[in-house]
Order: sequence, then C-alpha cells, then structure tokens
Amino acid sequence: MTLPIFNPAEDPGPSFHALLSKLEHPTTPSLVSAAVGSEGIDITHGTTVVAAKFADGVVIAGDRRATSGNLIAHRAMDKVFAADRWSGVAIAGAAGPAMEMVKMFQLQLQHYEKVEGHTLSLEGKANQLSAMLRANLPAAMQGMVVVPIFAGFDRRRGYGRLFAFDVTGGRYEEEDFVASGSGSLFARTVIKLGYAPDNDADTAVDLLIKALYMAADDDSATGGPDSMRGIYPMVATITADGFRAIPTEELAERFEVLLAVEAARVDRTASESEG
Amino acid sequence: MNMPFYVAPEQLMKDRADFAQKGIARGRSLVAVEFVGGIVLCAENPSRNLRKISEIYDRIGFAGVGRYNEYDQLRIAGVRHADLKGFTYSRDDVDSQALANQYAQMLGQIFTHETKPLEVEILVASVGFEPEGDRLFHIRFDGSVTDENGFAVLGGEAESIRERLASAYSDELDEQGAVKAAVRSLAGPDRELASGELEIAVLDRLSEGRCFRRLENGEIDNLLA
Repeated sequence: MTLPIFNPAEDPGPSFHALLSKLEHPTTPSLVSAAVGSEGIDITHGTTVVAAKFADGVVIAGDRRATSGNLIAHRAMDKVFAADRWSGVAIAGAAGPAMEMVKMFQLQLQHYEKVEGHTLSLEGKANQLSAMLRANLPAAMQGMVVVPIFAGFDRRRGYGRLFAFDVTGGRYEEEDFVASGSGSLFARTVIKLGYAPDNDADTAVDLLIKALYMAADDDSATGGPDSMRGIYPMVATITADGFRAIPTEELAERFEVLLAVEAARVDRTASESEG
Repeated sequence: MNMPFYVAPEQLMKDRADFAQKGIARGRSLVAVEFVGGIVLCAENPSRNLRKISEIYDRIGFAGVGRYNEYDQLRIAGVRHADLKGFTYSRDDVDSQALANQYAQMLGQIFTHETKPLEVEILVASVGFEPEGDRLFHIRFDGSVTDENGFAVLGGEAESIRERLASAYSDELDEQGAVKAAVRSLAGPDRELASGELEIAVLDRLSEGRCFRRLENGEIDNLLA
C-alpha cells in the first residue's frame, strides 16, 4: 500500500469514493451481472426498521431477523449502526449490499472528517447516502433493493432530523417518524397512534419497541424479542450527547413490561368473549 | 565554453540539509509524551485553525512541524493510506510502522531527487493496548527514521526541550503529569504558555474505536492548574 500523494489539480479531495476511483482501486465487482430477482437465487433480506423524533433528538430501531426466501437466515443481524458520533443509519433490504453500503458510508463520513478537520453537516451526510443509493440503482433493478433510514442530531440547528430514502436515491426529510422494510406498515401504524413531538426519550423508546413487536406479530419476516437466546431488537437514541445504543439488559426489561401488558390484554379479551 | 560547476555530493547534501533545517527551525516546537493511559501530543501553536496535530486512524496520530502546506499534504496522504488499507483489509491491519516507512521513503526520495527538500519533521504516534505497544516514529526531512522511547521532540529548539523533558519524564506519569511535563518543557524556565497558545491532543489507550481526542482550552486550563 503506497502513500497516495496527488498534485493539486488531480487531488480527489475529502471524498473516499473519489479517492478509490482516482486510484482505480479494485472495489467489489458489480453485483448487476449476477442473475438475481424473482426467479434467481434467494438473497438474504433484512426486514423492519423504524425511527421517530422526540423532544431531545431521535430514536432509531430495527429488528434482528434476516430472511432468505422462507428461511430465517440470521437471528441476530444488526441493522442499526452509528454512522458517526451524531448520526445513525438503519437498513432494510438486501443484506449484502446494505452492509457494504453502511461500511462505505461510515468510512466516507470519517474520511471527510479527518481530511477536512471537521464533520459534514447532517444534510451533507444524508446527501452522501442518497448518492450511494443512486449508484446502487442498477443492482436494485435486479432485486438488490436497499432502503435505509438516516437519523441524526443536527448540531448547527440544535435538533434531531430524520430522512427516508427510496431505491433511486430520492431523499425525503420526515417531520415526525418513518418506517421501512417488510413490517413497516404495521410498525408505522403503531407509531402513528402513540407519537407526539414532545415525547421524552423513555416514551419514544417504548413506542418503537411496541411498533417492532407489533410488526413481528403480523409479519413473518420481522423478528420479535427472543428471550431464550437473549436477542432483542436494537434501539439507539441520538441527542446532543451523541449516538447511544440502549443496552440489551434494559431492552429485555422494557420488553418484559410490554409483554406483561399485552398478555393482560389478551387475557381480558379472552375472558370477555367467554362471558 | 561554459563549464558546469562541480559540486561534491557531500556539499550538495549538506546544503540541502542546512536549507531544510533552517526552514524547520523558524517554526515552533512540538513534543509527544507517553503516559500510563496513552500518549499526549502537545504543540506550541497560537493558531486555532492551522493544526499541527491530527488524527490518522483509530489508534494513530500525526504531528508535524515546519512548513504548514508541506506537512499538511503528508497528513492527508497518511489519512488516505490508512483508510485505504483499512478498507482493503481490516481496521486491525492498519499499523503505524508501515505508514512511517512510507513517509520515510517519500521524504528520502524528495530530499535526494527534487529541487527542494521538504522543510518538515513529522511524528507518527500509535497507542497500544498495553504501554509496551506504544510507538513514536520520528521522521526527518531526509527520510531518516527514529523509533523514540517514552517521548519525542520535534522542531527548532529540540535539544534544550529534550533535556528539560528527559528530566521531567518518568514511565509512571498520568495524563495530567504528561501534559504538565510537555507544556513546561516547551515553555522553558523563563515563560508560561497559556491554553490559547497550545494545541494538545491525546491518544487514549482504553478508548474503543477512535482513540484520538483533542483537548479544549477549558480542559487544558484544568490540567495545567
């Protein structure tokens, strides 16, 4: 590995991606040539991810299941990642390209920060992700769809912000909450019913936990809490203090409370129909 | 007929070295001190924006003295080298020695082949998981590398600063002790350096992921109090 020095006119600037193309670095070969899609091979899919704003920032969460056709491919896949100290990204869709995209995204942000000496603006980060999705479009057309959510704390403006994306790289800033992936329809409805812009962190975390639980209840591709293996959906808050993943023990407790409430509800419904 | 002047190779090298040394001596100095919990990098630098100390990778820091545009170019090349290597292999495979060797090759090459040698001296510091794993590679304008032990001094007044630091250094320093020793050695007996004239960063041994941390003025004041 040599020391890449360029003359000023050729300099690729703070973009890691530009550096790779300048050096003609052999990155992973394009996935487009592989025959995938409905009749092709089954690829691994990540499923439901959600995010919502609250009073001090944003909370972002995702289940842990990855499916391959009708099989469960992984029970403990992480879909929520810290993009840098003040932002996070959650991914739904084809697992392979999605993980690669996250890795590249994190690297791109960190590379920019180190070269320039300061971080990109939150919108700049969202635009970076948008460009990466656009570059993935040919693969998406063949079934390798990646749909991320980007959430972060905008330090220049002093509040949390949320961005949803589509496969073409379209970037949509959301004012309240967002859900993506196979169970998103169910998750979204649950969040909609409990959402308030001035929710505190506790309420917001519990709301997302409930949303993922309900998604798992009705969507076979979404994984619910698995207390036997100690696997719980991943939840993180992003505030002025930065990205904080909620520890597993705390999630386990929160799910226990939720399950108790749900069990009581089911019990009540059952006894009412009997009587 | 014009006869080209003959210049002995010894003279040529000496002239180039003198030229580079003069350029470096004009700037202010910089020190690095190992301590129990990591490595302190400390420079006398009144500018808040033109930095001498920066982050290269998770456990690697960079410091340079001399001409700003020249060491800054080397710094960016180092960041690119490290990020490319981490991307191609893994984050664990990025090491300071490979980077120091690359810098040495480049500086040596420029010193002998280009019209003008680079007027810089640089330091590649990497913090280990144990104190024995700490590395300080000091690379000079001609490409010579020294693997320093405990502390390193770069810049014009290196000799007197080194003497002061050698008497203040011990391998049991904590962060505050290391910062104090670094600042006092830079300042010398006759003056005091305030936080506004200092640029200090720490490579924290126990941090997960990125170990490089820049100290704010307030933190520096607290440590020096």
